[in-house]
Amino acid sequence: MTDATATFDVRRHGPASVVDIRGDVTAGSEDVLMSAYAAAGDAEAIVLNFSDLSYMNSGGIGLLVTLLVRANRRSQQLMAYGLSDHYRQIFELTRLDEAVSIHDSEQSALNAADAG
Amino acid sequence: MDGMDDRTVENTREKQVAARDATYWAKAVSRLNVSNVPEGAINLNVTGKRLAGPIQGFGKMWQKTYQVSLPRERVSPMDLIATWKQRFPDFWPEGNSFYAPLTGIEPGEVALLNMTLPGKMKLSTGVMVLYADEESFTLMTPQGHMFAGWITFSATEVDGQTVAQAQVLMRASDPIFELGLTLGGHRQEDRFWNQTLTAVADHFGEFAEVDTQVVCVDKRRQWSRWSNVWHSSAIRSTGYMMGAPVRALRGLTRRSRMAG
Repeated sequence: MTDATATFDVRRHGPASVVDIRGDVTAGSEDVLMSAYAAAGDAEAIVLNFSDLSYMNSGGIGLLVTLLVRANRRSQQLMAYGLSDHYRQIFELTRLDEAVSIHDSEQSALNAADAG
Repeated sequence: MDGMDDRTVENTREKQVAARDATYWAKAVSRLNVSNVPEGAINLNVTGKRLAGPIQGFGKMWQKTYQVSLPRERVSPMDLIATWKQRFPDFWPEGNSFYAPLTGIEPGEVALLNMTLPGKMKLSTGVMVLYADEESFTLMTPQGHMFAGWITFSATEVDGQTVAQAQVLMRASDPIFELGLTLGGHRQEDRFWNQTLTAVADHFGEFAEVDTQVVCVDKRRQWSRWSNVWHSSAIRSTGYMMGAPVRALRGLTRRSRMAG
């Protein structure tokens, strides 16, 4: 549970930073996720791409809550796309969907970031 | 960008088949339901309530981590979690009751809790098993619980030791509970989990010091959530307790009429 088994690569798209998540997101991913967040810099929106997420436990969801707090503190929007039905359900179950806006595609998230 | 969208849709379809963690998570529920109420338990603040995570709470957000280390040769992380799940109520401090679901700690199951708060106040609430695998399990709170959040119990191997951990990520649910936490509630909660982890260690024949780490993740209070107080299990439990003599009297009158 403590080993980092996910990668978080950051791409900049105008006012948004897209974070491509790959692998298993657990509590052990904290350092790499927060490094990616730091690399995202002063973007107005942080867009999380879950298309290549292969596993997430409750520790991973806890990390997303922590990330949300940090983003809120800097008045950044937190968005997500690429969620399978399964992970969408987890967002609903944990009520994370009330604070993270979920989109069907990267373009839709970027459009929302532009509009925001 | 269209190409990227196609790839997103394709990947999403693949993930729908391949979610490795699917069986570990509870299924989405809009409102909680308790199918069997064990004897002695009070289902006052659980049925019909929604789950509430740290995002829905009122107070400052805290991450509290309690750890105890045991020799690996005594117990492996997986065996420790299996035991913890199986005997979860036994490790709770005296005066508090955890009415485990009949099927045990399984994703989606709901447990009822009777807690003793400062001032000997009794509080009835519950939790739902949000996530459970071989190395960890997580309990999430309903609306009206003292705090909104979840508690993850886990065990890992670190330097030849099995480290058992309880980690709470939470905000006080409403202004009254926030005040309570400030006026000794945090200390009581620390004591609660210290006693729990000591009991876990004791079960495996070890006396071990509990390491406690407390981090304030968000100092801001979510004032827009003040109305959570409407669901307060403390207020509702107190009302229920105060109504006990009236209920007893009614029961007595009914029995007398039936006998007459």
